Amino acid sequence: MNIVTVKGLTKDYSSLRAVDNIDFAIVKGECFGFLGPNGAGKTTVMRIIYCFMPPTSGKVKVFDMDVIENPSLIKARIGVMPQDNNFDPDLTVFENLIVYARYFDIARKDSVKLAWELLDFVELREKAQVKIDNLSGGMKRRLVLARALINNPELLILDEPTTGLDPYSRRNVWKKLNYLKEKGTTLILTTHYMEEAEKLCDRVAIMHSGKIVTIDTPIGLMGLHGGNLEDVYLKLTGRSLQRLIL
Amino acid sequence: MKLKRAFRVWQRHLTVYTKLYKSSIALNFVEPILYLAALGLGLGAFVKDINGVPYINFIAPGIIASSSMFAAIYECTYGTYVRMTYQKTFDAILATPVNINDLVAGELMWGATKSLLYGTIIIFVISLFGLVSSPLIILIIPLLFVTGLIFAEISVIFTAIVPGIDSFNYFYTIFMTPMFLFSGIFFPLDNLPPIVSKIAFFTPLYHLVNICRAFSSGQLSIIRWDIIWVFAVVFLLAPYPFRLMRKRIIK
Repeated sequence: MNIVTVKGLTKDYSSLRAVDNIDFAIVKGECFGFLGPNGAGKTTVMRIIYCFMPPTSGKVKVFDMDVIENPSLIKARIGVMPQDNNFDPDLTVFENLIVYARYFDIARKDSVKLAWELLDFVELREKAQVKIDNLSGGMKRRLVLARALINNPELLILDEPTTGLDPYSRRNVWKKLNYLKEKGTTLILTTHYMEEAEKLCDRVAIMHSGKIVTIDTPIGLMGLHGGNLEDVYLKLTGRSLQRLIL
Repeated sequence: MKLKRAFRVWQRHLTVYTKLYKSSIALNFVEPILYLAALGLGLGAFVKDINGVPYINFIAPGIIASSSMFAAIYECTYGTYVRMTYQKTFDAILATPVNINDLVAGELMWGATKSLLYGTIIIFVISLFGLVSSPLIILIIPLLFVTGLIFAEISVIFTAIVPGIDSFNYFYTIFMTPMFLFSGIFFPLDNLPPIVSKIAFFTPLYHLVNICRAFSSGQLSIIRWDIIWVFAVVFLLAPYPFRLMRKRIIK
């Protein structure tokens, strides 16, 4: 069953075409990765899927609902881990989760229980009463993940989930994501780390200048083009090392 | 727009406010009292009665109006701008079932709430000092929410179009300060060239000052048109904050 179906999606920002007539579908339970250089259109695609902005043209359906017609119903079933750690800096870790739960109409008694469960899941229970500024980078990312899970989402959207993290913190986040995947949550992520894509993604789409260059399994891509996933990436986005040196 | 989701945004602001109110109260509430003391007592000693009212009693109702105005304007210019850009609070909220129209409605409702809150504090204070002659002043409180909506609408409209946070200086210098000085708070506009009252007629503060003054003296019959003006303008401005914010945030 398709969780996300995208047909002929185009997105223009005034004069710039950020996404150029792309098609893809994401199946229930898979982890789907978007790879591509900065400005390739990855974040835009994600933002259209989670109904932050409407497509300029094309059809985007999530849970079989149109993103323009039913944004609230779709968003109620999605969790989003944005690139920025956009917390309420004046609130504590715990309060951030409670306030976020309210947007989903989760009753206070349920959200308190959920918040503790999620803080356990991301190993931040002892930080519950701490202000956001006092968390390390890795802790903040884990907290964004916890916040994204507050509505028990069927689809989790992760925009560069581990950018800027040390290897230990990164692995910690991967562990959580793998657990969610095993639980049946569908994941969509963007990343610049090929190791991350290889470890987590069942399929990846490589994007360049608003277009999808290819969609395949990481193993399939490496088999077809040779080398590791990074070599494939550099080859397909027109930035092979040889050309960089020349 | 769904009122319940707008309420969630309003509720978020209230939660944050309850954590920060100490510093914010000082900014918004000590200042009007200083105006009242400095001008009412200081300048008042040299000014004869205005329309038979001692000077400090004359300006006191106006301070309700200006304090109420500043509260909504600060909230929906700097406050809204910081949430929109630096804190990226809007991005976080818009990833939930809350949509852009709910969000803007929540901002406006919160701005109006601050107007009501800070105006009410001043009503309380000036009543305590015996500067109000009619208990009808209590009836202004719901009206402060309505005028607060106007100030919030104007501020959100401006916030939606400013290129950066420094541009608010223009808003304050060109719009807010002249409105504050020439709204009839500190002197009746009758003695100035007629153009001044003509311009003042188009500013919300002028009408709010009339309303506050009428309620605090109990002479309500003269402000029918001010009240009609206020309700008309709330509705006239309403579409623009939504439209411009959508344009700014969603693209």
